Amino acid sequence: MIEVQNLSHDIHGAPILRDISVTVPKGGVTALVGPNGAGKSTLLSLMARLIPRQQGRITVDELVVGESDDKDLARRLAILPQTVHAASRLTVRDLVGFGRYPYHRGRPTPDDRAMVEDGMRLFDLLPLAERSLDTLSGGQRQRAFVAMTYVQDTDYLLLDEPLNNLDLAASRALMARLRDLADNKDRTVIIVLHDINFATAYADRVLVMKEGRLCADGAPQDVITETLIQSVFETDAPLRTVEGRPVVMV
Amino acid sequence: MSRTALGVLALSLLFVGSLFVGATPLSPMDVTTPEARALIWDSRLPRAFAVVLTGASLAIAGQIMQLIARNRFVEPMTAGTGQSAMLGLLVVSVCLPAASVGLKMALSAFAALIGSIGFFAITRRLPPEEPLLVPLVGIVYGGVIGSAAVYIGFQLDMLQYIDIWLTGEFSGTMRGRYELLWIAGLAAVLSYLVADQFSILGLGETVSLNLGLNYRQVVLSGLVVISVVTGLTVVTVGAIPFIGLVVPNLVSRLVGDNLRRSLPLTAMAGAGLVLASDIFARLVVHPFEVPVATVIGIIGAAVFLWMLYGRAQHVS
Ligand SMILES: Nc1ncnc2c1ncn2[C@@H]1O[C@H](COP(=O)(O)OP(=O)(O)OP(=O)(O)O)[C@@H](O)[C@H]1O
Ligand SMILES: [Mg+2]
Repeated sequence: MIEVQNLSHDIHGAPILRDISVTVPKGGVTALVGPNGAGKSTLLSLMARLIPRQQGRITVDELVVGESDDKDLARRLAILPQTVHAASRLTVRDLVGFGRYPYHRGRPTPDDRAMVEDGMRLFDLLPLAERSLDTLSGGQRQRAFVAMTYVQDTDYLLLDEPLNNLDLAASRALMARLRDLADNKDRTVIIVLHDINFATAYADRVLVMKEGRLCADGAPQDVITETLIQSVFETDAPLRTVEGRPVVMV
Repeated sequence: MSRTALGVLALSLLFVGSLFVGATPLSPMDVTTPEARALIWDSRLPRAFAVVLTGASLAIAGQIMQLIARNRFVEPMTAGTGQSAMLGLLVVSVCLPAASVGLKMALSAFAALIGSIGFFAITRRLPPEEPLLVPLVGIVYGGVIGSAAVYIGFQLDMLQYIDIWLTGEFSGTMRGRYELLWIAGLAAVLSYLVADQFSILGLGETVSLNLGLNYRQVVLSGLVVISVVTGLTVVTVGAIPFIGLVVPNLVSRLVGDNLRRSLPLTAMAGAGLVLASDIFARLVVHPFEVPVATVIGIIGAAVFLWMLYGRAQHVS
């Protein structure tokens, strides 16, 4: 269970997050949506101790973010940041392999190697395994980083816009994989999405953020309404219901 | 033959060859004579070791620095590290003239560490999309520290030392005068043990934190390696430019950025380049010699220009 209590965050005196409290129980896919600048990445980064916490408290099971050992947290929770460094000349296999680093700390076992191969296979990276990251296309690179996060094999997965640069097939495959992790392995996924239709199709729960606050929370079909789209995103995209699911007409 | 075996072979040939190059003629035929043995033992062999240790450790220091900075255009001599080592040594020589050589070295490496931390504190604010700003700021920063050293040296009539520290050369290397370089070599070898951590640093702070790395601690240990290597080489043989810049770039093009794979090659290439340059420096105006730093400065500048243009063509 991830528990966020009264989390507030300022950057250079400007309020970015305002008094956020939310509990994400173990298992399930939670989508985090909201307009640009709403604070989604900041919230995720705080959960993953990428930026120091200012006010409030975050726990992941019994681990307190910012107090517990980094090595323990790295085996419990993994994050895929929104922007990743691209200029590195690591091969895809090396990069994905570093996802196992929290476990082997420099001495990979055959099990670690097998997981890396498995991760590359799942994300269609085997043909690119020996390619250097700086020669990949944007979507191929994104897939490599997703695979690295995947092989970290943590109970909690935080993904910040993982569908960036991915084509339709890769996007659907990734979402299906996350769904499978949640349903069959009791993994907990929190994922920032901009495409509401992906959120309603694959998530159990949608958290909506705007201007640093949580403004809606619930099952996709309850939360995603035309009124919400209008008030949160300030655009009047019509909504249709297809097979019981709200679909935004873009 | 594998690349490593080939490298070891080439390096061994250069190493042995270098023993027979110098002002005093010496051919492999007369190694049995006592004079020849004394010459090899007291001067040629120490010189060859000093060259290899310097080349290998400077190249590794440059590679680590580039991973920490996430910038391919930095090296200890363009980041104020070498200049800080010099300034530190100067201050120690003035304030504690009776200090042992070991203590002087330690304090000079410490000054180099402070200087590198200062460099990273300044450059981390620079926009990452302007990679050339980092070395530019580094050159200015190193220039300021270097000028401070020159000023103090001028006031205290110690300019000749600064001259020696600024121009790396091995002509004075003898048994009993270079052994501290083994520490620099050791520091470089130790970095192999944590090679994975340095490779991960190259992916940035976020990825490092996500993988449970103690980011600050790993950066600091990298800076310690860089400072020890730079401090010791500046003091023992003088500054040698470009090795830390050119070698890691060439190696990265060849085998990529996984340090565990590239580090041995970097060490061999650094050692080989300085060894070849030092042989050339001894031959070009035989029986006199030119400072190896001058030779490498010319080669390095050419390669650096090629790198810059090569980069421009790669822009996607
Ligand atoms: N380093 C920073 N300095 C100043 N402001 C920042 C900084 N980082 C984030 N912000 C501001 O904090 C707010 C929230 O940013 P955040 O990245 O969390 O938004 P987001 O919801 O992830 O947006 P997006 O959908 O565009 O990724 C934005 O207004 C942003 O400008
Ligand atoms: Mg974001």
